[in-house]
Amino acid sequence: MIDSIRAIETPEGVLLELRLAGPMVRALAWAIDMAIRFAFYMGLGMLLPLLGRAGIGLWLILMFLMEWFYPVIFEVLAQGQTAGKMALGIRVLCDDGTPVGWYQSTVRNFLKFVDFLPVLYGAGLLSMLVQKDFKRLGDLAAGTLVVYTERLAPRQLRAIPDPEQEPVEAVILPRLPLTLEEQQSLVAFAARRRELTMERAEELVDLLEPLTGLRGPKAVLRIRQLASIYAGER
Amino acid sequence: MKQQAFELAHEEEWVAFAAILGQLGQLGHGRRFGTTVSAEDFPSRYRRVCHHLALARERRYTAGLIGRLNEMALRGHHALYGARPGLQRKWGRFLLSGFPRLVRANWRSVLLASALFYLPFFGLPLAIQKNPEVAYLIQDPQSLAHMEEMYRSGNEKFGRKDAADTDVYMFGFYIWNNVRITFQVFASGLLLGLGSIFFLLANGVQGGAVAGHLTRMGLGGNFWSFVITHGAPEMAALVLSGAAGLKLGFALLSPGRKSRLQSLKDAARNGIAIVYGAALMDVLAAFIEAFWSGSALVPAAVKFSVGGSLWALMLAYFLLAGRRYV
Repeated sequence: MIDSIRAIETPEGVLLELRLAGPMVRALAWAIDMAIRFAFYMGLGMLLPLLGRAGIGLWLILMFLMEWFYPVIFEVLAQGQTAGKMALGIRVLCDDGTPVGWYQSTVRNFLKFVDFLPVLYGAGLLSMLVQKDFKRLGDLAAGTLVVYTERLAPRQLRAIPDPEQEPVEAVILPRLPLTLEEQQSLVAFAARRRELTMERAEELVDLLEPLTGLRGPKAVLRIRQLASIYAGER
Repeated sequence: MKQQAFELAHEEEWVAFAAILGQLGQLGHGRRFGTTVSAEDFPSRYRRVCHHLALARERRYTAGLIGRLNEMALRGHHALYGARPGLQRKWGRFLLSGFPRLVRANWRSVLLASALFYLPFFGLPLAIQKNPEVAYLIQDPQSLAHMEEMYRSGNEKFGRKDAADTDVYMFGFYIWNNVRITFQVFASGLLLGLGSIFFLLANGVQGGAVAGHLTRMGLGGNFWSFVITHGAPEMAALVLSGAAGLKLGFALLSPGRKSRLQSLKDAARNGIAIVYGAALMDVLAAFIEAFWSGSALVPAAVKFSVGGSLWALMLAYFLLAGRRYV
């Protein structure tokens, strides 16, 4: 199955799921980090030469530290996130789901030099595309993953209830009892409703015409009512 | 149990758990928790969240709820199992015994890397004494002339392109340049070892050509007295990170009984430790090179004796340090 979810088993016997981040989002995070570093170089490059040649020497040292240790320090001290990764909601973890330490972070970031070859992360991209965990070469050697982070705040199942749109009339359950899985997919649809455009939602719900006997906005409403019943909201 | 009831029953507990996670997150790594965050019951809270996650999955609650519980359990997992021992003690032990031990344990790669670098570096000068054109096969005439300029007697500082360059500037330059090369020699070992071999040979051949040419031109005293002191840590750093890179290549080419991936991971784990040590040696070398080696005021004899003792000290360190368990 093509799926970007990996599960790790903990000593407590539950499976924790990790959603892997693909090349695109990682490239964007890299671009943000690059912009930050570039701004840093430029800023210091304007200030430090005022100290003369010694200032340029200092600039070279800081540039060296920034170039090689910026990602390492961020990843180890800020839960696997550089500024760019933070902005895009991704982070680095070890293969077993634990946070990265100095060793893993250094390996994956120092080996970036090879991932960069021949131009603009060609080798890294190839490596990410040919195996299933989206790992570049540095990730392979260090045993690390880049995954999405999830928010800890609860996600609202329903949109803000609108009494005019949602009449309090009794909802008739379908005559044919739905299996648990079917009920789940209706609830999942309701939870995702706000991430979809209205057109797409209607398009999906129209497929269920045999179940609801309705089309368009009314069908969407009906499905949401059913979902809230199955989720135990009324 | 319907999802809504389940959420209502446990919401309070989850919010409290998330709050503890938030506090722990602010503490960062390194520090133990329990010092400023009162979290004696953290493990049991964490286990309950794991239990809820399993239940939510079993009962097929919505993806949103499962995702939230998953994230909570994941962060709890980090807090509980992700603690790392303090860094300072590890560094001290690493420098006193771990690093030289690691180098000795990988003596085959170190020997090979040494041969790849030191043979051309010391062999070419001998060849060039007999056959001066060899130097021009490797370096173009302009840069050789430039080198002669840099090591001419009467210079205030040796080894500087621009006489106006101050010591601090050179220190920065050496760090920026040399440590970068050290890291690259290691990283390029991932290309089946070929990158490391190339960098080691290239540095050895180019350095050897310059050394041979200058020696033939009668500037040997100036050049070798410049190189000898910082050369000890600098060349060793290059060779050691080259050896670490070669290990990456060997790991891929002949993984033995491990899978190729596992063998690569193990080689990287040892390799990066060697590279850390090598980088420190590079910093030391940059310091010596910027503030000591270049000075024309220090007589060559002093430089040779200081440099010679540094070589002896370094060899003794790698051969003897950490033999007994500390």
